[in-house]
Amino acid sequence: MPFIPHTEADIEQMLQVLDIHHIDTLFDEIPSALHAKELGNIDPGRSEMDVLRLMQERAELDAGAMCFLGAGAYEHHIPSAVWDIAARGEFMTAYTPYQAEASQGTLQLIYEYQSMMTALMSMDVSNASLYDGGSALAEAILMAVRANRKSKSRRVLYAGTTNPRYVRAGRALVAGQGIELVEIPRQNGALKIRLDDLQQYAEQDYAAIILPFPNYFGQLESVHEIVDWAHGQKMLVIAAVNPIAVSALVPPGEWGRQGADIAIGDGQPLGLPLSSGGPYFGFMCCRQAYVRQMPGRIIGKTIDLEGRTGYTLTLQAREQHIRRSKATSNICTNQGLAVTAATIHMALLGAKGLAKVALASRRNAVRLAVLLSQIEGVACLNDGDSFHEFVLRFDTDLDTVMDALHEQAILPGIALAGDFPDLPNCLLVCATETKQESDLETYRSHLEQVLAEREGT
Amino acid sequence: MLIFERSQPGRSSKAQAPNAGLDDSLLPDKFRRQQPAELPSVSELQVVRHYTNLSRNNFCIDTQFYPLGSCTMKYNPRGAHKAAFTPGFLQRHPLAPIEYSQGYLSCLYDLQEILKGVTGMEAVSLAPMAGAQGELAGIAMIKAYHDDRQDTARTEIIVPSAAHGTNPATATMCGYKVREIPVNREGDVDLDALKQVVGPQTAGLMMTNPSTCGVFERKISEIAEVVHTAGGLLYYDGANLNAILGKVRPGDMGFDVIHMNLHKTFATPHGGGGPGSGPVGVADRLKPYMPIPVVAKEDVVFCWLDQEDLPKTIGPMSAFMGNAGILLRAYAYALMLGREGMIRVGEFATLNANYLAIRLQQAGYTLAYPTRRASHEFILTLAPEEKAYGVTAMDVAKRLLDYGVHAPTTYFPLLIPECFLIEPTETESVEELDAFVDAMIKIRGEMESSPELLKSAPHTTPVRRLDDVKAARELDLRYAKPVQATQT
Repeated sequence: MPFIPHTEADIEQMLQVLDIHHIDTLFDEIPSALHAKELGNIDPGRSEMDVLRLMQERAELDAGAMCFLGAGAYEHHIPSAVWDIAARGEFMTAYTPYQAEASQGTLQLIYEYQSMMTALMSMDVSNASLYDGGSALAEAILMAVRANRKSKSRRVLYAGTTNPRYVRAGRALVAGQGIELVEIPRQNGALKIRLDDLQQYAEQDYAAIILPFPNYFGQLESVHEIVDWAHGQKMLVIAAVNPIAVSALVPPGEWGRQGADIAIGDGQPLGLPLSSGGPYFGFMCCRQAYVRQMPGRIIGKTIDLEGRTGYTLTLQAREQHIRRSKATSNICTNQGLAVTAATIHMALLGAKGLAKVALASRRNAVRLAVLLSQIEGVACLNDGDSFHEFVLRFDTDLDTVMDALHEQAILPGIALAGDFPDLPNCLLVCATETKQESDLETYRSHLEQVLAEREGT
Repeated sequence: MLIFERSQPGRSSKAQAPNAGLDDSLLPDKFRRQQPAELPSVSELQVVRHYTNLSRNNFCIDTQFYPLGSCTMKYNPRGAHKAAFTPGFLQRHPLAPIEYSQGYLSCLYDLQEILKGVTGMEAVSLAPMAGAQGELAGIAMIKAYHDDRQDTARTEIIVPSAAHGTNPATATMCGYKVREIPVNREGDVDLDALKQVVGPQTAGLMMTNPSTCGVFERKISEIAEVVHTAGGLLYYDGANLNAILGKVRPGDMGFDVIHMNLHKTFATPHGGGGPGSGPVGVADRLKPYMPIPVVAKEDVVFCWLDQEDLPKTIGPMSAFMGNAGILLRAYAYALMLGREGMIRVGEFATLNANYLAIRLQQAGYTLAYPTRRASHEFILTLAPEEKAYGVTAMDVAKRLLDYGVHAPTTYFPLLIPECFLIEPTETESVEELDAFVDAMIKIRGEMESSPELLKSAPHTTPVRRLDDVKAARELDLRYAKPVQATQT
């Protein structure tokens, strides 16, 4: 019996204490018609050895390609110490720190995490995490609608350059509350929002505006000007940012004259493996004035009976286990272990290390964009204000080019036409600090060859 | 001591950053960060030592008994963790093309099939990232179903008063009004009260079974009939699925939609508060509304079903496809358990809970539902002890920490005064249960002889009882660097 320690003698003794003869008797309150039949489609149990072998074989099926995909999930070096420590049983097999005295490890770590995130974002307060970037955007939308006392609107604007996967998840998660998400469209083929694009939304009462940085196409939006415009319109600003990027680029708390009001994003680049999309974690920071509208767990510093420093869950009156139907969110469990890894990751890299990662990634992306756009029939659409992703436009059918590169174990990027019909045959490409010059050259030479062969046919 | 307080200017973990120089000269001024973030500057050894030592201030399953009711703190097999940490899985990008996804997708497909089989539902989506998100997906599907039929007068969700807080919070997030109904003295839903509140305004009922009272809801079939007759749908909160795994299937009880907490029933680590995973299972009529993506098999190829394949979907719950690594752990665990192992989970979780309940009762403690069988968990009420000795459930909980046991869930469900919700799980041995009883007997003695010992507990933990009021009144939510005297 896997993971069940009972011997026959144990069972016998326990049944005696219960004064029954069979375990099944314990289920006698359940109407007999409801007792399950055979679990026919489930196989007999296997040993750990067999299961690990199977998983190894399956994992190998997916391995081996050189990856230039980004779009919200980024390949970065993760120091070996990060998961060695995060996977310690004391972190991994504890639960939400309801018993603070028996959970100071997790509690102090989250307090340190909150301190690091507010420093990185240049914001006042941080919560203990949300599920991922997409759900963090949804929670930010709900929070902004609650927090903006100057607006009665349930409409929220978002830049048409926001990650479409965040927008879809956000839309699905707030759908039940009658909130309308209104897109600020890009000019045809453009990769950034222009101030002119905003004018039609002036004086129309929107609760908030969502501003990505870098945006989905790797471009840096004119955040200072847009934030000042939005605040002039009494909107709150929700910044959707890459945490690595803002270690070297201007953080959301310093955008425009007053800074963004809420900053969210996905913490994956801070020590979380790509791992097919999760577990990652969503982060959320805001100004002090809105802390009571923030969803999720928050850890505060306090003292114990003897005056020693300790940490505890605080502002719990916002949460579902206290306020039930009037809570700020239904969120309960968040992404504690992912935050544990991210905290260790940030401590190991420090501000300088993170900024180096950001700049090295940007350098590789710029270099790759130059290399690839030298090939005939390939053009880079970004201007110089970009981070570690860029858009390539092909003069030829992109699908067949991608198929050919996949066969050569290169994942060249993400086709954009499905989400952005005005960008046909366009590819979103990412390079981070993990790539070496030889990797960039491998991509270039394979692409050149594939295009040359197409030319020849 | 905080990691920030170990920081020294000029120190760093140099091996961890790229060698490239810090050249940001190519960045336009307006986009350049002016001041570096105030993160700690520490060496690699300092980081390793700091967080290793911090970890030792936690109670956890790997070090002690953790009978936190409704949380199913069972052993988290290391093999399942290792399976998810296979390099090929860790390195797979969520948007990898289908030809680099067959290994991963085959695992998800198999997991969907296993969960269907063990719950009796028609289809499963693995998209929700936690139990609360599974609830949100479930109630959103109920709403989509009614809306699709133009049945738009249904504005209420019914929730028993003993429900988890996430239930009413979720109903509100989906735009519903919440109607609470009482639970009777034996822990069953008050059927007459239910009959009075159902009607054409009822969108659905959310229920946990066994309930948070730690007993099986005996009239579940009648409840299902009342709700269905009124045109509402039935939602199953899978928080307590561990109690009946392999013994009773939610699909057979008449539930239209369920969520499962894989971090409970399928033994994935709780991680100090997540990540979890909350897949949803549906009956036939809710299939078109499932959250995306869902994995399908076409001939021998596994693929994603997306918006085009499920045009009525409630949408995605995350940027990508849920807590993938947690799904892999749950899958590895399910493979190791197999058919017989799953049935035994429910059996032995129930055996352990009933054994512990009886032994505590014999030791003089009061069960909240003494006439009922316990499910995988049970409730003690310490109201008599509070009256006799002036000690509260909180005091006893804190004293248990001194005995090296994590406290049970306290003060939940709200309808039982001074309560403990105790869930031992199937992976604990009888010796461990007996040790818990011994600690509770000793604490009982202390109540009489030295109640102060309880009221001032814990005494042996890294900190003593904390001032929660101060924490909320004088908010201190992040480290602030001490202000240094400026040199003149």
